[in-house]
Amino acid sequence: MEYVIIVIAALLVNNVVLTQFLGICPFLGVSGKINTSVGMGAAVIFVMSLANLVTYLVQQYLLIPLHIEFMQTISFILVIAFLVQVVEIILKKVNPSLYQALGIYLPLITTNCAVLGVTLLAIKKNFNLLESVVYGASMAAGFTFALILMAGIREQLDLLNVPRAMKGFPISLLLAGLLAMAFWGFSGIV
Amino acid sequence: MSKLSYFTNGLLKENPTFVIVLGTCPTLAVTTSAFNGIGMGLATTFVLTSSNLLISLLRNLIPDKVRIPSFIVIIATFVTIVDLVMKAFVPDLYQALGIFIPLIVVNCIIMGRAEAFAQKNTPVPAILDGLGMGVGFTVALTLLASIREILGNGSIFNIKLVSESASTILIFILAPGAFITYGYMVALVNIIKKKLSL
Repeated sequence: MEYVIIVIAALLVNNVVLTQFLGICPFLGVSGKINTSVGMGAAVIFVMSLANLVTYLVQQYLLIPLHIEFMQTISFILVIAFLVQVVEIILKKVNPSLYQALGIYLPLITTNCAVLGVTLLAIKKNFNLLESVVYGASMAAGFTFALILMAGIREQLDLLNVPRAMKGFPISLLLAGLLAMAFWGFSGIV
Repeated sequence: MSKLSYFTNGLLKENPTFVIVLGTCPTLAVTTSAFNGIGMGLATTFVLTSSNLLISLLRNLIPDKVRIPSFIVIIATFVTIVDLVMKAFVPDLYQALGIFIPLIVVNCIIMGRAEAFAQKNTPVPAILDGLGMGVGFTVALTLLASIREILGNGSIFNIKLVSESASTILIFILAPGAFITYGYMVALVNIIKKKLSL
């Protein structure tokens, strides 16, 4: 039951993009087409689950025993950068077709603040190992969900005549605002 | 290019928030009140200027292949300093900004300036560039936060402008208001830029 609550809270109520404001750059940058947003979403789900697993271990078995919690930011960002590299190398060898599909999105993930943000949030919430992995995966799924919704709307938007000053970022931000308003409706479920 | 233009560049022409649209996450997340906006802006300015200076000093020592990880370590070091200092001296602001202080590490503006400017320039222009971009970011954040605070809470810098019982447009300090206000501001800056260049 606890896990169900974690999943629903992460996926809908505290959606990582629309209510926590994490990962806005890829959210606005890669949401042009549905295909690319599915690819990006899959890459984020993969990396975020792994990152939460590894940073949990780093925090519990390295930082806390050595009393160097203030090194959290530096160690986590290095872990994530390292992880992305490793995932890229392994994927290239083991599953070239998946690598082809996700390849270009992987390097972008290092600077996706959602990954670092969610690992920090998981530590703050005092989750155990399994909970933090589930939390990471469902936050990433929430990211993918928002990304695909946005891409679907933006594909339609290409056909419309938008005022010149509103083209590009402004209209995307307004759209995101409307989506956020819709997601606000989920607050209070959990 | 005169020395001063390194500084003014970041204010309007290449304003990181409204023109280049980088570092959007903290821009949207912390601008619920003018104090938070200014605090976040100043913290980012410190990190940006210091990392620009250090990267510029080390630019001939860092091998090209490992420059990105090196930049990340340099930036993360300054972020840790800010984190500890804010925790000690402004605990309320530290609480309000939450995880967005450690997240300064992944603010694209800082990495972007390191990559595009600091590693190619001498220390003085690098400092000026960092300061200019930082001030541009701070002004933008404070402006955005003030609008949201006035509309959403009827106050500015925690000074009430309307009576306590007056109802305000609450949505502006909630998540949707952040996106909408920011969207209209970018559109407005687009118009201003177009008018000025004509």
